[in-house]
Amino acid sequence: MTTTLALQIGWGTTLALKTVIVLAIIPLGALVLGYVFLLKMMSHMQSRLGPMDPGGFHGWFQLVGDGMKFLQKEDIMPEQADKRVFATAPAVVVISTFLVFLVIPMGPDLVVKDLDVGVFYALAVSSLSVIGVLMAGWASANKYALLGALRAAGQLIAYELPLLLAVTGVVVQANTMSLQGIVYAQQDGSIFGWSGVGNPFILTQFVGFLLFVVAAQAELTQTPFDMPVAESELVAGYMVEYTGFRFLFFFIGEFGTATAFAALAATLFLGGWSLPWVHGDAANWLGPIVLFVKLMFVAFLMFWARFTYPRLREDQLQALAWKVLIPIGLVNLLVTGVFKVAF
Amino acid sequence: MSTTESPANAPGFEVDRDAIRHLADAQINVELDTGDMIINLGPQHPATHGTLRLVVRLDGERVLAADPVIGYMHRGYEKLTEFRTYPQITTLINRIDWLSSFANEVPFVDAAERLMGVEAPPRAAYIRTILTELSRIATFVLFLGEMGLQLGALTPAFYGFRDREHVLNLIEGATGGRFHPNFNRIGGLKDDLPWGWIAETRSVMSKILTACDTFEDLVAGNEIFLSRTRGIGVIPGEIGAAYGVSGSNLRASGVDWDLRRDGRPYLAYPEIDFQVWTHPDGDSFSRYWVRLQETRESVRMVLQLLDGLPAGPVMAKVPRIIKVPEGEVWAETENPLGQMGYYVVSKGATGPFRVKIRSASFSNVSILPWLLKGVYVPDVVTILASLYFILGDIDR
Repeated sequence: MTTTLALQIGWGTTLALKTVIVLAIIPLGALVLGYVFLLKMMSHMQSRLGPMDPGGFHGWFQLVGDGMKFLQKEDIMPEQADKRVFATAPAVVVISTFLVFLVIPMGPDLVVKDLDVGVFYALAVSSLSVIGVLMAGWASANKYALLGALRAAGQLIAYELPLLLAVTGVVVQANTMSLQGIVYAQQDGSIFGWSGVGNPFILTQFVGFLLFVVAAQAELTQTPFDMPVAESELVAGYMVEYTGFRFLFFFIGEFGTATAFAALAATLFLGGWSLPWVHGDAANWLGPIVLFVKLMFVAFLMFWARFTYPRLREDQLQALAWKVLIPIGLVNLLVTGVFKVAF
Repeated sequence: MSTTESPANAPGFEVDRDAIRHLADAQINVELDTGDMIINLGPQHPATHGTLRLVVRLDGERVLAADPVIGYMHRGYEKLTEFRTYPQITTLINRIDWLSSFANEVPFVDAAERLMGVEAPPRAAYIRTILTELSRIATFVLFLGEMGLQLGALTPAFYGFRDREHVLNLIEGATGGRFHPNFNRIGGLKDDLPWGWIAETRSVMSKILTACDTFEDLVAGNEIFLSRTRGIGVIPGEIGAAYGVSGSNLRASGVDWDLRRDGRPYLAYPEIDFQVWTHPDGDSFSRYWVRLQETRESVRMVLQLLDGLPAGPVMAKVPRIIKVPEGEVWAETENPLGQMGYYVVSKGATGPFRVKIRSASFSNVSILPWLLKGVYVPDVVTILASLYFILGDIDR
């Protein structure tokens, strides 16, 4: 990173810079996704306008304004709540998102740390958010919150597996667990000897891609898997007692995690930051934009489903994970392995 | 209250809890007996669309017992009617089932007219029938969307509100009020239909048919919706009838009973051709399906009525000050939510001596304790949504 910027800065400064940038990505991603999908796309699908006034142009300022409103709100904590746990829970959720972003590459050099076990690490830290959710549900001293948190725990654990199996196919095909390595494997790959556009893994791993998107939807607790926050029965599930700033944290966590999962899917299946015929320094400049476009595409698919489907019941949701998604994932892995050995 | 009873009679939970409590001294079973959780669904809860309170006793996510607690919105209409004159009362009873206010006025006005021996002119009867069916469409279109919302699909609810708005505009065009028309007079109607209203109604009816197709695809045809509603909250026909469940809820249980066809003939219903839809299953899906078909049937009825609309006055000759002769009468109609009836006792004054209001939702929710036993929490919401009650109609 330092060489491309033609600046000599020490590693400490670099680390601080990287941390600040990644920290900024989370609320930024949450804002963009929240605005584009939650406010505008959903409104369009429901034949209404959504916010139009704040900021002048199609209400772009609405979410920023909402955020500022949340900051002014009184911080209400239930009397019976476990105060310290209650206060820490939103932070745990956001931190798990932050940790995922550390390994997502946005260009040849634009990555905080390209770990050898990048995929493994990303999935591991992303599931940390379960702990935050459980903490929130338990510490709220509220029955709705408790029901929501327990549902969330069961669901998030069940859908870790299909997520992992979906990714394993990619890892087998790319021969590496490093996210940067997976991007290069797609950029340098070829489709039946033609290497014009590389070989984005969605072509060979489309089953894996679908699995990943479905499981990610469940990890994000979005409809049709939004049992934990089911607003028509549990009101808001584990978030029910949260107000103001802490609720804002959950909101940012939700959409920040959506950004993270969309970015992961884009990296694993759509070639990440890579664009055909763009190499070297140009890729460093174009990379983030390319990744952003691909990320928005994946997010579009996920939010499309979110605004269309009703939600599954808890037992149906578990049955889907264990009886459908995991067998499909295993077969997909098997087929990938056979092809890997055969060719 | 039955929430304090032993929950051991719930299906699938034949655990002798008292036996476990005896062993509790041994410390080991204290942790095994997790106890039940009592949770209040409502009075402020999104699933109860209003102020119904449901005290639910849960074992995990399974409902052991459920008790509806009503009365948070009691407005005392039966008592209030004793202090109002007949023309004033239509304003009150408008607000019983606020989604289909016009349909509430009809049975009461019918009762008063029968006591007085007045009959509304044919044109008035036709317009009353059209407006009743329009309020049925408005109520059901909202239901078709809102059922999706209760199951977690956000979008259909907005379609429901959007398409209902067309119908409400029609009602407003004819009566001057979107929600509370207060358009019925004893002996007829306040006004004739405005110019151009009939053509407008025809075009709106085709929009409603399109909306029904949308709901059939988007909601009723959705696999998740099917798996959430099929076999959930099954009401057998005879049990439903025994609890006093009526209307679409009972027809969805296979009981072929519709007051528009089977009751004492009223309005213009004997003169038009319509089908009564039933479904053999009695589950939440069949309740949705029956309402979907009934919306289409209502559209067909409105179009027929518009074709056969007779000319003439809309108001019969009635005295300026209405005094109803002594007598008692029971008038009932098929309202969107079910059977609605008024038992009016008159002592010859300008107002009734006593009015008993039989509202559909009150009886429809009375089956809840029976119906909710042994289901999961998400199914509670499905069942509440599919029974489709209006709080004003329960509490009055």
